[in-house]
Amino acid sequence: MTGTAHGSTPETPPALVLDGVSVVRGGRTVWDEGTLTVPAGAVVGVIGPNGAGKTTLFQLALGLLPVAAGRIEVLGAPPRRGDRRIGYVPQNYTAALGEAVRARDLVGLGLTGHRFGVRRSTLDERARVDDALRRVGAAAYAERRMSELSGGQQQRVAIAQAIVDDADLLLLDEPLANLDLRNSQEIVTLLGELRRERAVTIMVVAHDLNPLLPVLTDAVYLLDGHPHHDVIGEVVTEELLTHLYGTRVRVVRTAQGDLFTRSG
Amino acid sequence: MRFQENWLQILQTTFMQHALVGGSLVAVTAGLMGYFVITRQNAFAAHALAHIGFPGATGAILVGAPVTLGLAVFCVGGGLLIGLFGKRVAEREIATGTILAFATGLGVLFASLATANASTTTNVLFGNLLAISQDQLWLFGGFTVLVVVALAVIARPLVFASVDPAVAEARGVPVRALGVAFVVLLALTVTMAVQVVGTLLLFALVVTPAAAALRLTARPGMVAALSVAFALASVWVGLVLSAMVDLPPSFFVVSVAVLVWGVVLVLTRDRGRAPGTPARGGHTAVPAVAERVR
Repeated sequence: MTGTAHGSTPETPPALVLDGVSVVRGGRTVWDEGTLTVPAGAVVGVIGPNGAGKTTLFQLALGLLPVAAGRIEVLGAPPRRGDRRIGYVPQNYTAALGEAVRARDLVGLGLTGHRFGVRRSTLDERARVDDALRRVGAAAYAERRMSELSGGQQQRVAIAQAIVDDADLLLLDEPLANLDLRNSQEIVTLLGELRRERAVTIMVVAHDLNPLLPVLTDAVYLLDGHPHHDVIGEVVTEELLTHLYGTRVRVVRTAQGDLFTRSG
Repeated sequence: MRFQENWLQILQTTFMQHALVGGSLVAVTAGLMGYFVITRQNAFAAHALAHIGFPGATGAILVGAPVTLGLAVFCVGGGLLIGLFGKRVAEREIATGTILAFATGLGVLFASLATANASTTTNVLFGNLLAISQDQLWLFGGFTVLVVVALAVIARPLVFASVDPAVAEARGVPVRALGVAFVVLLALTVTMAVQVVGTLLLFALVVTPAAAALRLTARPGMVAALSVAFALASVWVGLVLSAMVDLPPSFFVVSVAVLVWGVVLVLTRDRGRAPGTPARGGHTAVPAVAERVR
């Protein structure tokens, strides 16, 4: 054992623990009786129909929303806003970014954007920004404005911002939305690489499981108003997915052992 | 319009010296604020704040208070009021426009009640850099120091909160408090700038130089420096031209700013598009192979 804070060593706390959690928003219960444990180092698909509360789960973990009942722990501690061990990429994130910010600046904000006061970025900080950009394959367009980048490039930069501070838990909300097939496959490959490089836990909200299946180890699925957790093989079953989406879903296993889901 | 042979001497008169110093202070402040106004997509609010200042100025004349005070009170109050309205841009725009219209009406009412002479009202609407007093200069100096120091302290979290509010909030940045702080700084800037270029022309000094700078570079330090340089050039060249032909400086200040912007726009017309990307929006290619789960 290396004794680092990362990886599934016995001392490493689970990435996320819910114990009887319910969450209320605007007087409406989004979901309740949430009891589950997401182990450290997992790559977790967060799935469920629209409006089931997938993004809400992230907001709980980020400390942006209080639980109405129950107990929640993120990386071994109650959630709090500004937890630097969590990297976050919201949904439709890149749509709002304007002309004023370069890819490099955006990644830098993930490192020092919360700091007040006048200071120049240090050599070490610049090296970490360069490193994050390189790890997501965005070094070539580091100096370009976000508005000049394609959707896939923007998503890479957003992920670079989320990992630049060496997060132990990545929360990615629909990172594959609006990406074409090649770009979304590249992002999935990138997630697999990130997880291999250092045992970070990755939770990905997705409405389409297929592109993510090669890297997913676990899933959290929101079914009948409650969140559940299981390993991915138990989730990708025709009964469960059909129930989950309310429409007939078939699971196909290719000769190579790849899993696919099909509707109808 | 007649060319003034003695324009160099005119530039050395006390009122011209005041105009140069006052205009420069405003240019520095407006140039810096412009960057944040654009990253926050708050240009309309900046424009509206100037109009909201109008009843402040005419109201001050009505009750015999200093015009700067009236402007400051109404701009800050109006800014906070706009800030109270929803986070959604569309909602905010409608609220801002409505408050703007009401404020302008109020300004007209105060002006007629105060039986202010036409030139006082004209000064508020179109600015009069040549009427800046020694007292106002001290006030402008104080405002400038306040805004520049405050901006320096909050710059980084403010940029974070502006371009990336959801992540900034998750990272512990006080997004709402920064929004309020920003609107107060903007109100102070507008209070000064109104007295230089007036309510109606303010946009050209608070937004246009920064917009031109942002076309040329996106390096934050360079944007700030260029934006301030453009604003300063507008004020200085505008004042010299005004002295040369003996006409109010507002027109010339604004014209230089607009000219710079226009030239930059032409020079950079090919920039800003990734190869193969459409003019608006990103890729929305449809996945052709994988069938959706649903």
